[in-house]
Amino acid sequence: MAKVLMKGNEAIALAAIKGGVDAFYGYPITPQNEVPEYLSKHLLANGKVFLQAESEVAAINMVYGAAGAGKRVMTSSSSPGIALKQEGISYIAAAELPCVIVSVMRGGPGLGGIQPSQADYYQATRGGGNGDYQLIVYAPESIQETIDIMKESFDIADYYRNPVMVLVDGLIGQMMESVDFDKPVKERFLPEKDWATNGTMNHPGKRNIANSLQIDPKALEQHNIHLQEKYNTVKKNEVRYELINFDDPEYVIVAYGTMARICRSAIELLEKEGISVGMIRPISLFPYPKEAFAKIPDKAKGILTCELSQGQMLDDVLIANNGKHKVGFFGRSGGMLPDPEEIVEAIKNFNERVVK
Amino acid sequence: MTVKYEKTKGLTDKPLSYCPGCTHGIVHKLVGESLVELDILDRAIAIASVGCSVFSYQFFNCDAQQAPHGRACAEATGIKRVLPDNIVFTYQGDGDLASIGIAETIHAANRGENITVIFINNAIYGMTGGQMAPTSLIGQKTTTSQDGRNQADHGNPIKISEMFKTIEGVAYLERVAVNNPKNVIRAKKAIKKAFKYQKEKRGFTMIEVLSSCPVNWGMKPVDALKWIESDMIPNYPLGVFKDKGADDEKN
Repeated sequence: MAKVLMKGNEAIALAAIKGGVDAFYGYPITPQNEVPEYLSKHLLANGKVFLQAESEVAAINMVYGAAGAGKRVMTSSSSPGIALKQEGISYIAAAELPCVIVSVMRGGPGLGGIQPSQADYYQATRGGGNGDYQLIVYAPESIQETIDIMKESFDIADYYRNPVMVLVDGLIGQMMESVDFDKPVKERFLPEKDWATNGTMNHPGKRNIANSLQIDPKALEQHNIHLQEKYNTVKKNEVRYELINFDDPEYVIVAYGTMARICRSAIELLEKEGISVGMIRPISLFPYPKEAFAKIPDKAKGILTCELSQGQMLDDVLIANNGKHKVGFFGRSGGMLPDPEEIVEAIKNFNERVVK
Repeated sequence: MTVKYEKTKGLTDKPLSYCPGCTHGIVHKLVGESLVELDILDRAIAIASVGCSVFSYQFFNCDAQQAPHGRACAEATGIKRVLPDNIVFTYQGDGDLASIGIAETIHAANRGENITVIFINNAIYGMTGGQMAPTSLIGQKTTTSQDGRNQADHGNPIKISEMFKTIEGVAYLERVAVNNPKNVIRAKKAIKKAFKYQKEKRGFTMIEVLSSCPVNWGMKPVDALKWIESDMIPNYPLGVFKDKGADDEKN
């Protein structure tokens, strides 16, 4: 397939089909509506399942059911909708079921707005659901990268038996770019889903149960320890990041998704002024690319965290930096996007930006 | 020696977790027997809900999922849509179905999801210790309506079968009770019919079962069964509310 010009949300939908999705359950919310709209046409036409649920709460529990039945299943939503799905997400993570959750972030809190935002970093990486669980979270910066990750995310979810979240914002969802859907996906050995609740006729002599209830505290603690071991394997194997302009940078920016694109432009402007600025661009938010911070030269003057929020990833930057460099913060929120010049100014006046 | 009676293979050997005198066990047996008699046990998937029957995934001798509170019908929908030839049923109490999960239940019914819902109405929250349920009767004392439920503060008991009768997607709907042998036999017939309709892909089927909760009602088991007759049935009349199969035959 040659390159095609495609809108982000529709590309997410087509990439899901290429990734082998069997079923989609969702509820309308701006700015992700083109995802279900595209899938409603193309999944049903191919004998797959599309269902518009009565609520986000119902949608995520339909995902739970179909994931437990052993199918490749996804949902998509945006900030307040993802908030409603947190109960189900916690259950899915607890029952160790694979699924893909697309989150197209908009400004918050509350009903907030519908313009692009990154204010749901905590929601994605810390979880709004109860208990010790983690999603595997990817935050691509372009439609092409979103497609590549979407296609692979079903394999990753199946491999770890864990929900994967693809975290973008309204800008990536709504813009158009020239993209290629045929880039090969990393091959993984995926074991049979011999745990699927699809009737004992498919696995005689054994009952399969999808469950998160562990009434015995000893058993529940063992389950918690097991989950942590899995997350530690994820931390070891699935870290993704990009280093940009990292030859002896004076300052280092840390930014992901849409904000990283804006920072790329700022870095070019700064280069023209003779100020060398590098960037760590986390692609996986969980696991967070802590090891990238070891590559920052000792003599670098500081790290500027740039986010479309009031400072959420900043926590992970402070943890990864571990007091080594000065850390500053620049953020816009509520759906406001900065010009690259604002980031240029923030670097030039770094000392005013220092938080720690 | 001939075997006159044996425990259904539709249930596992795990001892039930229910209180003495509770009728959940009877309903479990009726479900298990129906699955075996219709030869659908090996393709059945049970959805346990939150409440006293939360452990029912340990008792039904088939695959199972345990749903968040109120979400059983959504979970069942998710499964049934990807596995249309399997038999999917939920087992839910009145708090789970008629309170927190009423939206999921209504919409599953309205879509005509080809699933079976076993709805246990015992007019109280059992698992959490006897709080008022949406189905608690006027005057009924519970731990959160200690002077008795009253209409002004709490509204009237919600009549699920009467409500669901109006929904087009419902193929079979009957309210039964398990307070005496005659009613248990009727309940068995209704539950089996609901599963038969699912097997025939007729649409959404629900059996509301008036059930006892002696511990939280503060009654002896026999008195609890009598209370079903004297107080619950007058409020929740038994009978078939909808039968698309019979309607089809008439037409």
